[in-house]
Amino acid sequence: MADQTLNAEGLNCPLPILRAKKTLKGMSAGQVLAITATDPGSVADMAAFCNQTGNELLSSTNEGDVYTYEIKKA
Amino acid sequence: MLDESQMENAKSMSIIVTKGTLDWAYPPFILGTTAAAMDVEVTMFFTFYGLVLLKKDLNLGFSTLGNAAMEMPMMGGHMKMPNMVSMLPGAGSLAGTMMKNLMAKKGVASIEDLREAAVDLEIRLIACQMTLDLFEYSQDDMIEGIELGGAATYMENALKSDINLFI
Repeated sequence: MADQTLNAEGLNCPLPILRAKKTLKGMSAGQVLAITATDPGSVADMAAFCNQTGNELLSSTNEGDVYTYEIKKA
Repeated sequence: MLDESQMENAKSMSIIVTKGTLDWAYPPFILGTTAAAMDVEVTMFFTFYGLVLLKKDLNLGFSTLGNAAMEMPMMGGHMKMPNMVSMLPGAGSLAGTMMKNLMAKKGVASIEDLREAAVDLEIRLIACQMTLDLFEYSQDDMIEGIELGGAATYMENALKSDINLFI
């Protein structure tokens, strides 16, 4: 169960990443953020973002047009 | 905020922003804000026509003139923008309005939003002093929180940056 959720649906690059960053900033280490997005480019970008920042991408799934991510804050 | 050891390991990027039209405003702001979100220390240096991107009131347009490859989606297809169009009075702001509408529809951030994000993400925004003088702007015309600097300021920063872009 996520500690916080972020709806980034309808937003295009780089907004899902910027919103994710902003939301994570207000969270504590170890907490999980669940994000939904509709930008197909966010699949590669969310992985790259997590790789670079050390936050852990717990899951990256896709159902229809919606992409869901779970990120554990470092 | 990063602690001291993180600061030493932090990557850095500088961007020289030389163009202030709507289309050219996107690459530096998208890359700058994304890099900052990825914990990169970012400095953006605004010079010549790029300087207007720091003005309090943004009124960005662009020209179809010389944009030979530009196509806009229209009625299911794509339409080339003839250079002739750019001669019509108001074509620049009309093209700007069309582009802004298209961007809003596609969920693309406005330059205003990206600039606000840049400030939030603590990107260093440096206005070229010479350009301010040249085009007769004062710092009062510009948003809060910017710094003034010249070529040496840029060089000092660029020499220790991992990535330097000129846009």
